Amino acid sequence: MRRRNVLPGLPLSLGVTLFYVGLIVVLPLAALAFKAASLGFEDYWRIVSSSRSMASYRVTVLSALGATTFNLFFGLALAWVITRYRFPGRRIVDAVVDLPFALPTAVAGIALTALFANSGWFGSVLEGFGIKVAYTPIGIMIAMCFTSLPFIVRTVQPVLEDLDPALEEAAQSLGGSDWTIFRKVILPLLAPALLAGVSLSFARCLGEFGAIIFIAGNQPMSTEITALLIFIRLEEYDYQAAAAIASVLLLAAFFMLAVTNWLQARALRYTVKG
Amino acid sequence: MKIHLENVVKTFESFQAVKGVSLDIESGELVALLGPSGSGKTTILRMVAGLEYADGGAIHFGDQDATDIPVRDRGVGFVFQHYALFPHMTVADNIAFGMKVSKVKRDRSAIESRVSDLLRLVRLEGLGDRFPAQISGGQRQRVALARALSVDPKVLLLDEPFGALDANVRRDLRRWLREIHSELGITTLFVTHDQEEALDLADRVVILKDGQIVQQGTPEEVCRDPKSAFVMKFLGDANVIAAQVRDGRAYVGGLSVEAAGVADGRGELYARPSDIDWSDEGPGIAATISRVLDRADGRRVLATTGAGEALEFDVEPERVVKAGEQGFVTLRRAKVFAV
Repeated sequence: MRRRNVLPGLPLSLGVTLFYVGLIVVLPLAALAFKAASLGFEDYWRIVSSSRSMASYRVTVLSALGATTFNLFFGLALAWVITRYRFPGRRIVDAVVDLPFALPTAVAGIALTALFANSGWFGSVLEGFGIKVAYTPIGIMIAMCFTSLPFIVRTVQPVLEDLDPALEEAAQSLGGSDWTIFRKVILPLLAPALLAGVSLSFARCLGEFGAIIFIAGNQPMSTEITALLIFIRLEEYDYQAAAAIASVLLLAAFFMLAVTNWLQARALRYTVKG
Repeated sequence: MKIHLENVVKTFESFQAVKGVSLDIESGELVALLGPSGSGKTTILRMVAGLEYADGGAIHFGDQDATDIPVRDRGVGFVFQHYALFPHMTVADNIAFGMKVSKVKRDRSAIESRVSDLLRLVRLEGLGDRFPAQISGGQRQRVALARALSVDPKVLLLDEPFGALDANVRRDLRRWLREIHSELGITTLFVTHDQEEALDLADRVVILKDGQIVQQGTPEEVCRDPKSAFVMKFLGDANVIAAQVRDGRAYVGGLSVEAAGVADGRGELYARPSDIDWSDEGPGIAATISRVLDRADGRRVLATTGAGEALEFDVEPERVVKAGEQGFVTLRRAKVFAV
C-alpha cells in the first residue's frame, strides 16, 4: 500500500531546499576542499603548518576563546537583565543588542579603532594605565566581542523567558538560597542554550574579518588573524594556499559544532521520553 | 501546626485579590479553600506559603508571627499546580533537592534512605532514576508531594493538586492523599475549584468569593445548610424558581415551601435535580419537557416551566418520559433565598 503523507508538497519543498543548500552551502565548500586537495599533501602541510599560519591560528583561536568567554558571562548577564527586570529603557537595550548584527562590521572596526587608538577616547585613558588595545591581540578580542555578542544573548533570552517561575519558587520553598537555585536549577536548564550561543559566537569570532582588520594592526606573527592571511593569499592569486588555510578554519569550525552538538545532546538527555 | 490568618489583605496593582480574610486551621486538619477563579484562594495559599507577602493583616504559625518570614525559612511544603519538578533532575534527585540544599547538613546515606522511604510512601519504588518527562502526570504529582514532604514541613500546601489529571487518576489520588494525611497527620491546606474534590477530601471546606470567605464548615454543614444562593449554586447543580414569600413560606404554582427567616416579597427557590419529582397531575408547577438525556444511573430531564424557567431533574431509569410531554413538577425539598 502506498503511504500517504498528510502534509502536502513534500517532494517540491524538499527538492527546492536541498537544491538551495547544495548550491549555496555545499558547492562552495566542496570547491574549497577540491582546491586545497589539488595541492599535494606535502605542499598542503607546508602551507598550513608554516610559522606564519601557525601564528595566525594561535592569535585567532586565543582571541576567539577570550572573546567568547567574556561574552558567555556578559551575554548571560545581559539576557538576564533584559528578561528579569522591568526598567525604563529596557526595550532600547533589547534593541541595541542586535546592532552588531545590523552594522557593517567594517564600520564597527573603524569606530572601535577610533575609540581605542592612542589618541581616542578610551585609548588615551587606557594608555595612562599602560594598556595598549589598538594594534594588539586585545584589540582583536574587543572587535570579536562586539560582533559576536548577540549570539549568546539571543539564544539564552527565549529560554530564560520560558523558564517556569514555579521552578524557582519550588526551590525556594525547599530552602534553596538564591545562589544555589541559580547554580542547580537555572544554570543547568540554560546550559543547552548557552552551549549553542557559545558555539555560534566562537564560530563567528573565528571567521570575523571586517571589524578586526582595522584595529588589529595586522603584523604577521603577532596580530595577523587567519581570515586576513587567507585574504592576503587571495590578493596574491595564490588560490591553493588560500584554500588550504581556509580548510583549516573550516575543519576547526566543524569540529567545534560537532563537540557542542554532542554536549548539547548530553545536557538535554532529561527531555528524552522513555 | 496551627495556622491563624487575621484580616489578611492582598492587592495586585489596583485589583484587590484578598479582602480581609480571617481563618483558623487546627493542627492536623485537612482544609480545602474552594472558590471560582478570581476568588483569591490561590493568593491566600501563596501568602500562607510566603510566596506572596500580605499587604495587611497577619499570619501566625502556632505562636510565631510568620507574616514576614520568607518562604525558604517558613518550613512549608508546597505542591504546585503543574508540579514544577526540576526537569533536569531524576525523580530521586528532585526529592533529595530540599535535603541537599538545607542548612541542616545530612550525610549522603541519610539522604538516600530518606529518598527511598519517600518513594515508598508515594508508591514510586523503582522509578527513582527516571526523569520527570519519562513518567505520567499522576506519578509526577506524587513526586511533587514526596519532594514537598522531604523537608519535614510544618504545613503542607497544595495548589489545585489534581487539576491537570484525568478524572479516574484524580479520584485515586484523592483517596491516596487522604490516606497519607491520616498517616502523617500534617496540617494541610489545599486549593481547588472543584467542589466534589473539596467535599470528598477535606475535614473542613472554606468557600471563597471575590476575596472573602462566604461560608465555612464541614462538608456536611456546607452541603446541608448553605447560607447563600452563591454557596447553593457553587456546591452543585441547582434549579432556580421565582417564588413569593409570605409569613415564612414561599409560594409558587400550587406549592409552598418553608422559608423561615426570609423577608416577605420576591424570593428564589433553589432545588437540586434529585429534589424534584415529575408527575402527570397537579398540584405542582406546570412544565413542559424539552429533552431527555439518558445516563448510566438514570434519566436527566430538561424542562421549561410556564414562566419560562429552565429546570433539570432526574427520573428513575424505567420511567417513560418524552420531549413535548406536559406535566407538573413537585419539590421534595428546597432552599429559599431573598432576591
